[in-house]
Amino acid sequence: MNAESAPANRIDVRYVANLARLALTEEEVATFQGQLGQIVDYVQAIDRLDVTGIEPTSHAHLQQNVFRSDVARPSLDQASVLRNAPASRDGLLLVPKIVE
Amino acid sequence: MTAAELNALTVHDALARLDNGDCTSVDLVDALAAEIQTRDGDLGAFVSVDVDTARAEAEAADRARAAGKGGRLCGIPIAVKDVLNVRGQPCTCASRILDGYVAPYDATAIARLRAEGAVFLGRTNMDEFAMGGSTENSALHVTRNPRNRAYVPGGSSGGSAAAVAGGLALCALGTDTGGSIRQPAAFCGCVGLKPSYGRVSRYGLTAFASSLDQIGPMTRTVRDAALLQEILSGVDPLDATSVAAPVPPYAAQLTTDLRGVTLGVPAEYGVEGLDAGVDKAVREAIARCRALGARVVEVSLPHTAYAIATYYIVATAEASANLARFDGVRYGKRCADAQDPLDLYKRTRAAGFGPEVKRRIILGTYVLSSGYHHAYYLKAQKVRTLIRRDFEQAFAVCDALLTPCTPTPAFRIGEKTQDPLQMYLGDIFTVTANLAGIAGLSVPCGATPEGLPIGLQILGPAMKEENVLRVGHANETARGEGWIG
Repeated sequence: MNAESAPANRIDVRYVANLARLALTEEEVATFQGQLGQIVDYVQAIDRLDVTGIEPTSHAHLQQNVFRSDVARPSLDQASVLRNAPASRDGLLLVPKIVE
Repeated sequence: MTAAELNALTVHDALARLDNGDCTSVDLVDALAAEIQTRDGDLGAFVSVDVDTARAEAEAADRARAAGKGGRLCGIPIAVKDVLNVRGQPCTCASRILDGYVAPYDATAIARLRAEGAVFLGRTNMDEFAMGGSTENSALHVTRNPRNRAYVPGGSSGGSAAAVAGGLALCALGTDTGGSIRQPAAFCGCVGLKPSYGRVSRYGLTAFASSLDQIGPMTRTVRDAALLQEILSGVDPLDATSVAAPVPPYAAQLTTDLRGVTLGVPAEYGVEGLDAGVDKAVREAIARCRALGARVVEVSLPHTAYAIATYYIVATAEASANLARFDGVRYGKRCADAQDPLDLYKRTRAAGFGPEVKRRIILGTYVLSSGYHHAYYLKAQKVRTLIRRDFEQAFAVCDALLTPCTPTPAFRIGEKTQDPLQMYLGDIFTVTANLAGIAGLSVPCGATPEGLPIGLQILGPAMKEENVLRVGHANETARGEGWIG
């Protein structure tokens, strides 16, 4: 393992789950800690490779940027979008109070 | 024609029957709907079937055909993986979090099939959000392998594979992020094509890993896959990653010999844990290709050993970002009595996602998090470059590669559910095609002594679907068994 690499099995499931906005039960934390520790150990296999000077691939086919003309066109109507909303009123999505 | 005869047709045979007036599209829909009613309670291939809508579409297709106006798939019923939006139908991704969601629009792949007269029969089961290799991660129900009910159908497009191979659909759409079309096709004994990245528009596909996902056909013959792929392929202004490459007439270009074709066999394919029956069937397929006139050369893909690690870093990172949209605000299930937005997000997601989706979101968030991004995500993207170059070098000397699709045949239901890493290691032969963005096809090439199907994987250069289809068709024809319902 080289100096820049992450230490093995340091994943803190409780901490990361909070970053991911996932509430976990104590039982889930324990199960995932074991399973993900094993998986993180496994994926560290890539540490063995020297990738000095290699460009990262973000997409398989590097393309030119794709432009479209900036012209307004019809989109989904409000009713079909709001039909799937768990809570809405007067054409708006309802959420819990954000500002006191 | 009897219902059993109708349900066993290939797409090409069904089109010929419709042309001859031997049957109507309504006959096809009725026969399949009756079969689903009788047998799918046990098989579990579908999550929903809308017979009334399918029947109305079939009636319209029959009228169009009678007026001489039908498209290339006029009246052909197709099953759709529950991750693709079909206007007016549910699209739950086999997840509780999308319970009740109704698609407000058609995915581009669906619109293209609809324009050719296809009839949308129903939605097929899958691993939740396409994360898994057995369809056991569906929040809805288990899907069984139609060849042996004690075994998984593979995944994540397990419902589509089980429907096509099990006689409940003539053809289906699947999606493939790391093997999710090819592996279930291999496990169930049907044909599955993962097109090159950018070949098919992903607009209207609920995203799992945006740089890897592709939509593709699952069929009973390679010729049927070629026809569907001709229709699905093409650039789309609604997906900026779709590629404006010409679309050859794949089906018309199929041949029964392989003269002039050079095939590569990667030295790295003899992996630890390769099943002896799989190895034997693939070696027989290689010999068959040689007998058909192909020249076979050995090639090397030296970075294969790093593929699964690279894949599970890239795929989970992208998934963690894509699945952030499921927060209980705009669609889907919302937890009750949320105190504030954070509480809403956390409890909605806790109740809505199953264990595998949670695992992958956590892993993906971890590899992108501060202090780890360079060691995992950026490094994996660099290894991805090396894997892509391996293929570029291999395709400099051959037209397509032959490998097993999977190291083992289907496993028993429940066998791997407690060990996610073991499940991931089964993806060794399929994930590289997604990382490199190339075309991959799985065709049946035999069965184990227990009768479990074995899939031959044929990999071809990006945008060269015609190469893999040609090799697949020649193999299928030479084996001579045809499609077995």
